[in-house]
Amino acid sequence: MKILVCISKTPDTTSKIAFKNNNTKFEEAGVQWIINPYDEWYALVRAIELKEKDAGTVIHLVTVGGADTEPIIRKAFALGGDEAIRINATSDDSFYVASQIAEIAKQGGYDLIFTGKETIDYNSSSIGGMIAGLLDIPFISLATKFDITGTTTTVTREIEGGEEIAEVSLPVVVSCAKGVAEQRIPNMRGIMAARTKPLKVVEPAAIEPLTHVTSYELPPAKAGVKLVAADNVAELVRLLHEEAKAI
Amino acid sequence: MVLIFIDHADGHIKKASFEALTYGAALAKQLGTNAEGLLCGTVADDLALLGKYGITKVNQVNNEALNNLDSLVYGKTIADAVTALGAKVLVFSHNQTGRAVAPVVAAKLKAGLVTGAIALPDTSNGFVVKKSVFSGKAYANVNITSDIKIISLNPNSYKTVAGEGTAEVSQLNIAIDSLKVKLTAVNKVSGEVPLTEADIVVSGGRGLKGPENWGIIEDLAHVLHAATACSRPVADSNWRPHHEHVGQTGEQIAPNLYIAIGISGAIQHLAGVNRSKHIVVINKDPEAPFFKAADYGIVGDAFEVVPKLTEEIRKLHNS
Ligand SMILES: Cc1cc2nc3c(=O)[nH]c(=O)nc-3n(C[C@H](O)[C@H](O)[C@H](O)COP(=O)(O)OP(=O)(O)OC[C@H]3O[C@@H](n4cnc5c(N)ncnc54)[C@H](O)[C@@H]3O)c2cc1C
Repeated sequence: MKILVCISKTPDTTSKIAFKNNNTKFEEAGVQWIINPYDEWYALVRAIELKEKDAGTVIHLVTVGGADTEPIIRKAFALGGDEAIRINATSDDSFYVASQIAEIAKQGGYDLIFTGKETIDYNSSSIGGMIAGLLDIPFISLATKFDITGTTTTVTREIEGGEEIAEVSLPVVVSCAKGVAEQRIPNMRGIMAARTKPLKVVEPAAIEPLTHVTSYELPPAKAGVKLVAADNVAELVRLLHEEAKAI
Repeated sequence: MVLIFIDHADGHIKKASFEALTYGAALAKQLGTNAEGLLCGTVADDLALLGKYGITKVNQVNNEALNNLDSLVYGKTIADAVTALGAKVLVFSHNQTGRAVAPVVAAKLKAGLVTGAIALPDTSNGFVVKKSVFSGKAYANVNITSDIKIISLNPNSYKTVAGEGTAEVSQLNIAIDSLKVKLTAVNKVSGEVPLTEADIVVSGGRGLKGPENWGIIEDLAHVLHAATACSRPVADSNWRPHHEHVGQTGEQIAPNLYIAIGISGAIQHLAGVNRSKHIVVINKDPEAPFFKAADYGIVGDAFEVVPKLTEEIRKLHNS
């Protein structure tokens, strides 16, 4: 089986979010970069688990990004994966990114394509569905469990107030959420092996982006907390009822 | 024309769709055009009544196969409907269904998609949609340049307005592909308010010490008709189900009222809840970072404060 895992580089979860160039660019100074947690903890680790069960499985990683994404790919390699493809482009348009990955997927003949549920920077939750649409293969979003028997996959997915269990044959695109796998820490052997795994750089296909970010904004600061004494809970209820009109 | 996708489950239209309909109708007004709805499948609700949200017509692809979600089949059906009806803007709710379907439609139509929208677009110079980014820590203004535009609206970010009016209900004939995704089971947590749709959310953290103490959270949630949520370590320790985990790596929510009990307010937790309109924090540590992000707070022991709060709210409801 051939698995393609989509990997994105995102700021660490504790990063200070600030903007520069008249609020048109994310301020990268001082930011630590990580593999998008959903891509790492769930999508990549599940792919590795599948390979552990079936040694014939091949895992390719793909990312759309500049040379500065290579440390992230090496980090992913330390966990697992056989080869990586970096599409040498940067874009904030989901359609552009998904189209680039779909081009790679067409050539690679993958049985299974994994993405994270969303990235923690743009939160678009769009890449997996777009790849599926472009390749015209089924898509399962927000998977919390993923199993495979022969060529049939069984996937549990989040719905409002519960979950659905569905079966679908390969090939399929799956976006992975919490539950699909457990976070892993790379071991020394993995870290050593990561250095020499093949990382191929390809130039992007000619695709027209359909959206672009014109500016960023920070939310307005909070006015400050109103503290109520612990022995005066009735006052909190009054404030929530009369002032906030929230209850 | 602005077309709004109407989402449903168990025969009923979801609350998130009423927000999307109100939003779509307001957008149509702004653009000087009309708004219509699109429903795939069958429901028990009276579709004509959706006119009260400002739409003139509901287009229904009346095929029971569409009561089950197969993203690819759904995506193609909606894309065909957009083409058949000549819609220029398509609106989804960015709920679980929106996430499953909107990107497929965008790929099929080569239409620019902005998900997580929180306001009407600025159409004075282009078509600029404001969306939540960095897990609620910032907003991005995104210009859609394609001919057909798709917006997926964050739940709880646009207020539903119901007026007068009925909509014409019209059947739309679209041939659908056979479903490749076979649904084998649905497990619903019955009687609970879905977290992403809830107006009020009561959330507990590690300060509650153990799953056996969640009774006070559930009692408070019950009197408020609220959904329950929790911090990540609580879900990771299996004190609560995973779907209750909110934060940067869990559910991102924006209820009208978020009550955080025994939660420290780590940056990753705040990322999932800081778009809530009002935040109440109950924590015994006056230095807990959550107080900086709160509107109201009580420094005190949750085991004493929360039962009193439940009692006071009960009194308010009875008065
Ligand atoms: C990459 C990454 C992603 C993460 N994503 C998330 C996420 O999505 N969501 C999330 O929640 N966390 C996330 N975390 C974890 C986050 O950093 C915090 O560790 C976590 O939110 C803390 O949970 P807590 O507030 O319940 O527990 P604690 O930090 O242990 O806080 C417990 C609080 O309870 C208070 N308390 C104790 N006893 C009482 C009492 N009797 N009455 C009242 N108050 C009391 C204490 O004063 C304290 O403030 C993430 C971390 C990382 C590194």
